[in-house]
Amino acid sequence: MVVAVLLGLALSLATFSSGLRAKPRTASNAQGMAQNAPAAPSKQVETSSPSQSAAPPVPPSPPPPSVGLNIVVLDPAHGGTDLGARGTEGIRESEVVLQFTAQIKRALEGQGFQVILTRDGNDNPSFDDRSARANAQRGAVFITLHIASTGLAGTVRTYVMPDAPPSYDTPGLISWDRAQAPFVGLSHKLGDMVQAELAKRFKGSPATAQVAPVRQLRTTAAPAIAVEISSVSVEERAELDRMIPGVAEAIAHGVVDFRPSYVLPVLPGTAPPSRVQP
Amino acid sequence: MSPKWRIRLAGGLLVAVIAAALYFPALRRQVNKAKQLTEETAEQARRELLPPAPVTSGDPKVKAKMFWGSTGSDGSLVPVTVELPLSSDPVLRAKQILNTLLAGPVDPEARTLPPDAALLAFYILPDGTAVADFSESLATSIPSGIQSEQLAVDSITRTLEANVPQVQRLKILIHGQEVDTLAGHLDLTQTFQVSMKEAPTPHSTSPVSAITAPFKRAIEKAEKAAKH
Repeated sequence: MVVAVLLGLALSLATFSSGLRAKPRTASNAQGMAQNAPAAPSKQVETSSPSQSAAPPVPPSPPPPSVGLNIVVLDPAHGGTDLGARGTEGIRESEVVLQFTAQIKRALEGQGFQVILTRDGNDNPSFDDRSARANAQRGAVFITLHIASTGLAGTVRTYVMPDAPPSYDTPGLISWDRAQAPFVGLSHKLGDMVQAELAKRFKGSPATAQVAPVRQLRTTAAPAIAVEISSVSVEERAELDRMIPGVAEAIAHGVVDFRPSYVLPVLPGTAPPSRVQP
Repeated sequence: MSPKWRIRLAGGLLVAVIAAALYFPALRRQVNKAKQLTEETAEQARRELLPPAPVTSGDPKVKAKMFWGSTGSDGSLVPVTVELPLSSDPVLRAKQILNTLLAGPVDPEARTLPPDAALLAFYILPDGTAVADFSESLATSIPSGIQSEQLAVDSITRTLEANVPQVQRLKILIHGQEVDTLAGHLDLTQTFQVSMKEAPTPHSTSPVSAITAPFKRAIEKAEKAAKH
């Protein structure tokens, strides 16, 4: 009986372990792990009134009141479960950008701008939700902030979208997916002005803005730039902290320099652009 | 049951418990090993099923220009000339070139693409738009950031431009899917200009969109019909 008990125990254990060993890896398993890309929203953004995106087409309206640049939408990238770039010293991009944002906000408010944040806590709005904060404003620019994984530590780069022909399916409306297209020229100006200020303060940074198809900028219907600070790979967190005042000051000065250049682009089916009132 | 049998039964159970205790660590190791095997990434499993890089001994050796990163941290690309047996067929040639780019330079610091990334498929449409399907590692193992993601895509497009003149534009897929971004920053929903000989084409009119356009029109028609 003892022998039977022992044999039974040994057999059950052996069956269990061989079952684990024999678990096959198949191509179908591999294919099952494929990720589906999130579907791009099929929306349009109205640029001739301050309403939210996805508004229905409207007939051409009378000339809008004069609009000057007075709002800056600041976007601390990542957040929530998306930590962004991570450094060896436990530095998390999603946390560090919040600190940069707070100081930049103060610097911009000191120059008389109203500042809207896409997030001020540990949440992660979608790309479209972040763009929507800017697309709902008139007289706004959009700045998304990032900390890189790579790059020469202590340098900063500004990015703008490449040129692309805008798409107007309906007069007065532009495609949400290419909302940035009519603003690319203005974004280049803003990017160059901000980068010029950054280059003065951070040696080794490029003199002008770089061109890159940054996803966050594509759906933003406003002059929009991405500012990326190098990097989470610094030896100690204090190196990044020391950059905060310089970055804040440079961005605030760059936006002030850009203010006289701000003019709403002309869209087919809309009234001519209003004059700038700095 | 007599006391004699009770003692035997208790002894037997004790032996069984000791045997189980001795076997448990070995079992645990086997469980962990099996877990590791099942956790292998999709592309690793798939890569084993893929044929090796199509390099044939008959292909003539030519000087190919590969764009890898500079060893500094300035985020620039440096052309490196390497001698490779390259096919005259543009698709095979592009595969050979991209596999060499993925294999990386001698100095690992100059890498632009993750070492575990693999090219799963590559084809060229009649109008010169190439579609390159990479394994998931390209997105998951690349250092996150605009600069690093841009460097990776630039190294692919510039290397293709230098070695496969038939490629005009490039669409990048990850594991057979169109994805929003490479690693959270760079937009992969559009095509990238490879050859500078022609003007940039907006992504909405790219052949990839052109393929889906008839389906979109059919859906719109069906929606209109449903409304009426």
